[in-house]
Amino acid sequence: MVAQNVVFGILAAVMILAAWRVVTTQNVVRAVLYLVVVLAGAGAQYLLLAQEFIFVVQVIVYIGAIVVLFLFGTMLTRAPIGRDVNLDNDQRWLAALTSLFLLGVMIAVLFDAFHNTHVKPTIQRTSDVANSMFGPYLMPFEVVSVLLLAALVGAIAIARRD
Amino acid sequence: MLLNQFLFLAAVLFCIGVYGVLARRNAVLVLASIELMLNAVNINLVAFGAYRHNIAGQVFALFVITIAAAEVGVGLAIVVLIFRNRASIALDEADLMKG
Repeated sequence: MVAQNVVFGILAAVMILAAWRVVTTQNVVRAVLYLVVVLAGAGAQYLLLAQEFIFVVQVIVYIGAIVVLFLFGTMLTRAPIGRDVNLDNDQRWLAALTSLFLLGVMIAVLFDAFHNTHVKPTIQRTSDVANSMFGPYLMPFEVVSVLLLAALVGAIAIARRD
Repeated sequence: MLLNQFLFLAAVLFCIGVYGVLARRNAVLVLASIELMLNAVNINLVAFGAYRHNIAGQVFALFVITIAAAEVGVGLAIVVLIFRNRASIALDEADLMKG
């Protein structure tokens, strides 16, 4: 349990630092690459909670597909690659105040509700996920597949030149 | 492990995402901040799933990942369209609907 807590602490520190760099760095490509660190850290947290399938999906879908989409987005919009420019707007302090207030409220509520609640992860195997997804959650699964198709068609219809 | 350490991590990531959405003026980076927020929600779902020994947390985190992929696809298509029409993706310049 101690080893798990140490690993959690290292991962959490790295994730929070990288997330902070995502929203503060003045370089678009670097921000996207810091996002990779956060996503990989989240995947490692899933592994720490003994949930293997979601870790694999996180690596494939987020790090493999979504980050590549982001890099294509920066490329297609001719972002200032490699150069540092001003990427923030002038309401930075108000934004910081809002998010700090939100953080305070959430920490207070979570501490009140769940202090001294322990997690003892049991391994949830991929076959359990499959049985659940194609059993009780078959209907949401089909709805999500239709949603993906609609998003695919919509993205092509929006972005094509005509 | 305490449940709260995962929930606090997710809360911090979510608030950093909120800050990014509010403070960034590049549309691609706003989408990246939204990804941070969705990831925080996923950590919460998976942590509660592990705490309750219930598979539903993992299944719904998978659904959230799918919807995040769809959202990024459509969002980047819109960003590319805005760039094509206005030659800029700075969000404070896209104020066509301002009253």
